[in-house]
Parts: sequence; structure tokens; C-alpha cells
Amino acid sequence: MTYQHILFSIEGGVAHLSLNRPDQLNSFNSRMQDEVLDALARLRRDSSLRVLLLTAEGRGFCAGQDLAERAVAPDAEVPDLGASIERFYNPLARTLTELPVPVICAVNGVAAGAGANIPLACDLVLAGRSASFIQAFCKIGLIPDSGGTWMLPRLVGMARAKALTLLGERLSAEDAQGLGLIYKVVDDQVLRDEAMALARHLATQPTHGLGLIKRALHASLDNDFQTQLSLERDLQRLAGRSEDYREGVSAFMAKRTPTFKGC
Amino acid sequence: MPHPLLVDNPRPGVRLLTLHRPEALNALDDALLKALADAMEEAARDPEVRVLVIAGSARAFAAGADIHEMAGRDMLGMLEDPRVGHWQRIASCPKPLIAAVNGLALGAGCELAMHADVIIAGHSARFGQPEINLGIIPGAGGTQRLMRVVGKSLAMQMVLTGQPIDARQALAAGLVSEITQAELTVERALEMARTIAAKAPVAVRLAKEALLKAMDMDLASGLRFERQAFALLAGTVDRTEGIRAFQEKRPAVFNGR
Repeated sequence: MTYQHILFSIEGGVAHLSLNRPDQLNSFNSRMQDEVLDALARLRRDSSLRVLLLTAEGRGFCAGQDLAERAVAPDAEVPDLGASIERFYNPLARTLTELPVPVICAVNGVAAGAGANIPLACDLVLAGRSASFIQAFCKIGLIPDSGGTWMLPRLVGMARAKALTLLGERLSAEDAQGLGLIYKVVDDQVLRDEAMALARHLATQPTHGLGLIKRALHASLDNDFQTQLSLERDLQRLAGRSEDYREGVSAFMAKRTPTFKGC
Repeated sequence: MPHPLLVDNPRPGVRLLTLHRPEALNALDDALLKALADAMEEAARDPEVRVLVIAGSARAFAAGADIHEMAGRDMLGMLEDPRVGHWQRIASCPKPLIAAVNGLALGAGCELAMHADVIIAGHSARFGQPEINLGIIPGAGGTQRLMRVVGKSLAMQMVLTGQPIDARQALAAGLVSEITQAELTVERALEMARTIAAKAPVAVRLAKEALLKAMDMDLASGLRFERQAFALLAGTVDRTEGIRAFQEKRPAVFNGR
């Protein structure tokens, strides 16, 4: 599949996916959705993958669903919004959380609607100082999708999650960091470089172990303590079998820098 | 043709049977089903084997029966289907049978898993009876065992829509007893098999029989069977050893008599 609305590359274990409909603030039309799904399918099949970097072109990050495709005439049939969630937004959120490698997201500008929730499904979110997050759904009679209603209360607490989603006010990047919604804010002009540097660093790390950490943390959100302890035992069992664990321990004992292969 | 069933003894007293038709997602064709029934009969006769584990691959426990074989049989062919005999032999295994399920357990694969006494599922497991999509119905216990295990509403849903359920739903419905990380499913099954293999074999055998009676007997008959089995065990050496070891606060050593 050739891509019109996204940029996509995989090099040396680093996958880079950039939303590329800058004139429409990278909002999703169905063509762009197909392209993202196609790229995600390639990522899931790529066993050499060690990190995914998600960015966007132009001044905005992502304005969510392209409403031009959703124009609802008064006499038209009631639309089934569940269908596009089932087909695109849920698989997207699911893949980002389930990929066994770290997913970095660089939010360069306005992130609205689904565009505000996609970063929340990523592992490390950087935002440019001028970026903002808007849970815009409430303004057109909808509910936050792409995992937003699940992630927000867990990240910022119920009271703030309700304020953000019922009022739909713009949240600045700095406030988002203050609330614990994202990892950190950096100056706009260095955002891309910092995100790329982070990706390059993670691509040299024990990927298998990082994937297991991610899995454990996600599972913790709905496990009780006893279940989580058992899960830690099982995942540690798996981690202990990795080549990177051996390499990490021998490098530590020999006081040298480890060379991790990601497996 | 490579043998579609791998046989191994990975722990003392434990036999592991691994379905191995990777090119067909372990579809249970006549040859594989016969190989499985033969191997289970052999394990039943072998005094060294106390517990059996059946596993598939990471992608599929078993994705169904062999559609091409089935397509070639007409009504009379179906009435004389050799598979019926294979399934009966599999169902009459007297030793505990644990299924370690990763990936797809569909159609005959789901039915095979339900022949096991315990099912351990990896997070990747999916159980379903998709026969309805082909204009047929489950033919190896799918409508009967599923109904008894998961109840009417879910059994009807699965058999009538053909849509599978995931490991979590299977756990909630009581179809499986545990879910684990997919990479550890077989290990967990072997660990459990090892635990059972260390118990008194006659007690294990009678316990399995009594539990299975609960599936198709009324309560009074089931209780009568249980009581008789209970009395029968009073005649075993292992019972004396088990009780004495408990009183002496030491591990019991059972010898199967």
C-alpha cells in the first residue's frame, strides 16, 4: 500500500509513523485510517522492531475524526459511529498498548478528540510547549473514545477526568504534564530531536524486558495485588530467559557497557 | 509424511502429547485424531505415566477438523465415520488429562480441549464452535459439553453465532480453570500434571471418575458412586500411607497400591 496521508519508515529497529495531512490538522479520514492500519499491521509482524515513534507534520498533532466525512443531514439515516470505532479507533488504541516495544509520541500542536486520546495509549509522551489537549467530544454530543474514558480517570483521577471531558476546555502542555497526563514538555523547536533521541536510546535497550514491563504496568490497572504479584513472577521468569538479561549481568560484573540485542 | 503428534515425558509420571501439524494450524484430520487416540491408549496402559498433557502450538491448539476430509463424506460416509471411534477412545482415558491451550481452539479443537479434565489457557487462547458458518453443527460433543460447562446462554451464543470467546471470557465462564502468560501455558500445565502425578494413583483415578459422574448422573446416584469409591479406597496401601504421613508430618510416598 502506498501512503498519501502518513509517512512511515522502519530503520534499525526504529519505526517512525508520522501523520501527514497538515492542512486538515492531521484529522483522520477513511483513507488515512486505512494507511495507519496497514502500517500497524506491518509493525505487528516485524520481529526486529525495538521502538515506535509517533509524530505529526505541520502545526497541529491530530484533530481526531475528520468531521467532513461525518456531515449528517437532518433527513439522513442515523449514522453508526460504533462501526468506525470497531474498525479503526479501537484497533489503534489496542495496538499501541499491546505492541511489545516502547511507543513514544511527540505532540507538536493541538491534539483534539481522538487525537487527544491516542497519545494516552502511548508509553512516553513528549509535548511541545505550544501543544494542547482538548477532549472536544462533549461539544458535539459524543463521548471520548480511543480509550479516553478508561485512561483519563487512571491518569489524572476521576474529578479531573470529569472536568476535562464534560467541559472540553483546552489543556496546555504544561498543565497536562502537571496533571500527570504526559511525560514531559520541551521547547517546540527541540521536540522532534528529543523524541528521536529518546527513540534511538530505547532502540539500544533490552527490548524484550521493556515490553514485559509495559505489559505488567498495563495489567496492573485491572489486577488486584495478589494477581499482580503472580504476574510479576511469571513475567520475571520470562525476562530471566532473555539473552539481554545474561548480557546485562555479565556486563555489570565485568564493569563494561552492555550490548543488548533486544531478545 | 512427518508424524503429526510429538510424544515426550518431560516430568516424572507426566506424558506430553503435542499436536504438530503447523502447516494446518493443527487441524485434527483422521490421521492425527487416530494418532492421538492411539497415544492416549498407550499412555493409559503404561504404569509409568500418571498424568497426560495435550498441547498445540503458540498460534493454535487446534483450529478445527479437516474440512477437506469432511467435504468428501456423504450421509452414509458420516454414519460410518471412523472418527467417532477415535473420539470415544479419547473420552475414555482413565488418567487425568490436562489441555494447555494457546491460540485457536476452534471446532474439533475446542471439543478436544473439552475432553480434557482441566484446561489451562494462555492469554492468546480463543475458544469457539464455528461449525454453523459451514452449514453444519459441532459433532464431537461441542453442543453437549459446552452446555454443561458454560451454561445455556453462552453455549447457545457460541454455537449459533460461530463467534469465539477469548481466554478471559473462558475463565469467567468456567471453561478454563486458569489463564497464564502464553509463553508459560505448557509449563504451568506440566507443573500441575507433576503435582497430580505425585498423588495416590488409585485415588486420583476414582476422583476423576466420580467428578465425571456428576456431569451425567442425578445427585443421589452420584453420591452413591462417591461413597462406594470412598469405601473402595479404604482397601489401598496408599490410603494407609497418606494418613500415616499426615499424622507423622512428613511427605507421603505413594506406590499405586
